Amino acid sequence: MSRNFDIVVVGSGPAGLAAATAAAALGKRVAVLDDNPKPGGQIWRAGIHPDRHPDPAKARTIAAFSASGAELFSGHQIVNASGPGIVDAWVESTKTLESFTCDKLIFATGARERFLPFPGWTLPGVFGAGGLQALVRSGYNVRGKRIVVAGTGPLLLAVAAHLKEDGATIVTIAEQSSISRLTPFLGSLLTHPKKLRQGVRLRASLLGSPYRTGCWPVAVEGHREVTAVRLSNGARTWTEPCDLLACGFHLVPNLEVAMLLGCNIGADGVTVDENQQTSVPHVYCAGEPTGVAGVDAARLQGEVAGLAAAGDTQNAGRLYRRRNAEATFGKAMNRAFALRPEVLSLAQPDTIVCRCEDVRYRDLDAQRSEHSAWTDAKLQTRCGMGPCQGRICGPAIEQLFGWKNNSVRPPLYPIPVSAFCKANSARVDSEPNALPRL
Amino acid sequence: MHDSDPLNHGHLLVVVNGRSIPMPEGSTVAAALLTANAPCRTSVAGEPRTALCGMGICFECRAVIDGVPHQRSCQIPCRDGMEVETQP
Repeated sequence: MSRNFDIVVVGSGPAGLAAATAAAALGKRVAVLDDNPKPGGQIWRAGIHPDRHPDPAKARTIAAFSASGAELFSGHQIVNASGPGIVDAWVESTKTLESFTCDKLIFATGARERFLPFPGWTLPGVFGAGGLQALVRSGYNVRGKRIVVAGTGPLLLAVAAHLKEDGATIVTIAEQSSISRLTPFLGSLLTHPKKLRQGVRLRASLLGSPYRTGCWPVAVEGHREVTAVRLSNGARTWTEPCDLLACGFHLVPNLEVAMLLGCNIGADGVTVDENQQTSVPHVYCAGEPTGVAGVDAARLQGEVAGLAAAGDTQNAGRLYRRRNAEATFGKAMNRAFALRPEVLSLAQPDTIVCRCEDVRYRDLDAQRSEHSAWTDAKLQTRCGMGPCQGRICGPAIEQLFGWKNNSVRPPLYPIPVSAFCKANSARVDSEPNALPRL
Repeated sequence: MHDSDPLNHGHLLVVVNGRSIPMPEGSTVAAALLTANAPCRTSVAGEPRTALCGMGICFECRAVIDGVPHQRSCQIPCRDGMEVETQP
């Protein structure tokens, strides 16, 4: 089945919602596609319980979007973008593949946590930091659990505060970045009072739980479940008994759609012009895929992209200055939470790196050579060949071995073979000479 | 469960590996598996695994839901009477 819109937005997080709202207000017919059951993206993920500290920006953005006339397609997982004006989505609830065509495409695909392998990280009870928060919001009760929160990034504090409010004991928060790296970033918060207030509130809510900088996890202890986490500060290593570990190493942008469309990608993310247009004409990008910078940057970039894609570059221009200030903040944040070399050497020979295919560090290490690359490693070891298609091990392997995952191809997610058969039989009916596109 | 819950959400029953598990309405199947202390899946090398990313991208939370294998349990809401099994 195929539907046509003026503008299709991929992603219903802060950037996607802002983009769609802005474009719809200018009279454009807008569709927003998202894999998740509800709008809001990961940062504004809806929970089964009401938010204790509702974010007014979330309520405002979602209300404006709902009133905008843009159409939301939740539960739509993007599996292909075969050109700038066409995306295909797999709809799990109806087990169908649906096509959306458009004049302008805005992708706002967000970011995911970066994971790094260390002994025991595959044990049940080890989660991403944002991962555990999402699972708690969707009904997992952590009351009474002793939790170590570790890794790096501003997310650790937010997750720890949330888990504590849900009745968990936060044993410790281990931030791998050093205080000397974090200090300039804390200084930059002075020009962002809202963020500063938020940080102070989170830290205050965690009084009693140590926030250790320059401290990182080296191993998880336990058999079939977590019993303790071993932490190090470089000078000494000690054991913290706990029930769960919530661990993520900041964020990496979701670039699969950008790669599929052939958009230029720089060191931080997708390259865009002042109107958020990518190197591919009529394709715009907003939010974390252009470089991790947080929710305020995402909303502003989304609004610029929505206005510009709808033809109103004049109003888009009024937002440049604020948007650029948020990008500067993002750069300071990413410098503050850059990975220290020690966390890139935690994996032991038998540590699993690719969780889908259980590929161990030694298998990948054996592939090291002058000319080795992701594709060679993939073919030789099966790393990145499982259902996540390298989304988890890819960023880790890039850090550990320098091999960049550049083999993105459709379908972007595993879908049943029957989906192709149905989609193609429908297409053959309407276009007798059409070749399967996927 | 969440005894501070002001809305007093209704509970529904999900059968995880043969055991009935009460879950608050709106919960995902991944949360039910964790509540039941059951792994979502068994890895290629035979290790038990639970959900990692919680947002539908890592595929560690794959489970058998109402007989359908390899379902991402973190993206699927619980329904009363749903049968969930650890993905072998």
